[in-house]
Amino acid sequence: MESPLYIVTFILTMGFATVVTRAAPFMLFSKQGEHPVLIFLGRYLPPAVMLLLLIYCVKDINWFVNKGGINEVVALSVVTIAHLLFRNSLISILLGTGLYMALRQGVI
Amino acid sequence: MTVAPPPSSIEQTDLEQSFTKDALKTTLPVLFGYVPMGMAFGLLLADQGYAWYWATLMGLLIFAGAAQFMAIGLLAAHAGLFEVAMTTLLLNSRHVFYGLSLIHSLKAKGWRRLYVIFGLTDETYSLLTAHHATSNQKYQTNEDEGKFQFIITALNQSYWVAGCTLGALLGSIITFDTTGLDFTLPALFMVLVIEQYKATRKLFPFIIALICAVTSLTLFDSDSMLLISITMTLVLLLGTQQFQAKGVIK
Repeated sequence: MESPLYIVTFILTMGFATVVTRAAPFMLFSKQGEHPVLIFLGRYLPPAVMLLLLIYCVKDINWFVNKGGINEVVALSVVTIAHLLFRNSLISILLGTGLYMALRQGVI
Repeated sequence: MTVAPPPSSIEQTDLEQSFTKDALKTTLPVLFGYVPMGMAFGLLLADQGYAWYWATLMGLLIFAGAAQFMAIGLLAAHAGLFEVAMTTLLLNSRHVFYGLSLIHSLKAKGWRRLYVIFGLTDETYSLLTAHHATSNQKYQTNEDEGKFQFIITALNQSYWVAGCTLGALLGSIITFDTTGLDFTLPALFMVLVIEQYKATRKLFPFIIALICAVTSLTLFDSDSMLLISITMTLVLLLGTQQFQAKGVIK
């Protein structure tokens, strides 16, 4: 177990870095908020980053070993279908996670 | 018998009450989202052997879902503080761009303003922008709007902290097989990908991201994928913007 001092500095570092990302636009761009490059990035960087984060989460799957990736593909498909049907983030996430846990723990 | 509402002191109280009522109603979907997500986080952290109050402290001082989930792995790896800071900055870099559109509509002042900026999660941001678009007739002064924005942020964080704490407490009391619980994170990103597509109706950001992810995973160490692929994506998006501005592509 890590020392309490390490955990506290860890939490403060992560908290500070988070605040930096949230406060940056108010400190930096309050004058240039209308700049076309910023508007373009404001619109199209988030969708790209979301996909990168999704890929980052599943990048360590070994696709070539026994059931490699099947659970993830099935559960993410359920998330997608549920979200297209109900468009309720909570329902989509809970359904997908519940199914994934059941698959991983051999319940199904 | 109906009596006309007497002087303004009562109206003021009515307004304050309707503030809280409105804020509770507005934040209800976030309550149902944050409590289970916070609990999933708390369970996972407690599962690693951490005391419950660390989950509470993280909910209070970090208040960022994806970063906190990432923190579990970083803590386990005893990551250096520079790595922690860089990973968090990258993970939350989207806030920089989300915040841009809020510059003109954030009405909270003073310490309330600082708190709203601190608590500007994806969900808080969504509620604030959605509320700003529909509430102009109700809260006529910027002061009222600002107070309302503050209450929304505080309620959201209280749900999150409650969820984190509850999950960690349950996790240290009952033994529960959490295998696969961390799937909440990819599931969340899947949902956000769909939401982003619905908002932009454009495929090119996703195509660019896919190309960059595959390139970075093929050519480089998979641990540095996030940093490399986001940088590549940023460069390609800037290029796209330049071409678009010059009229080369639509």
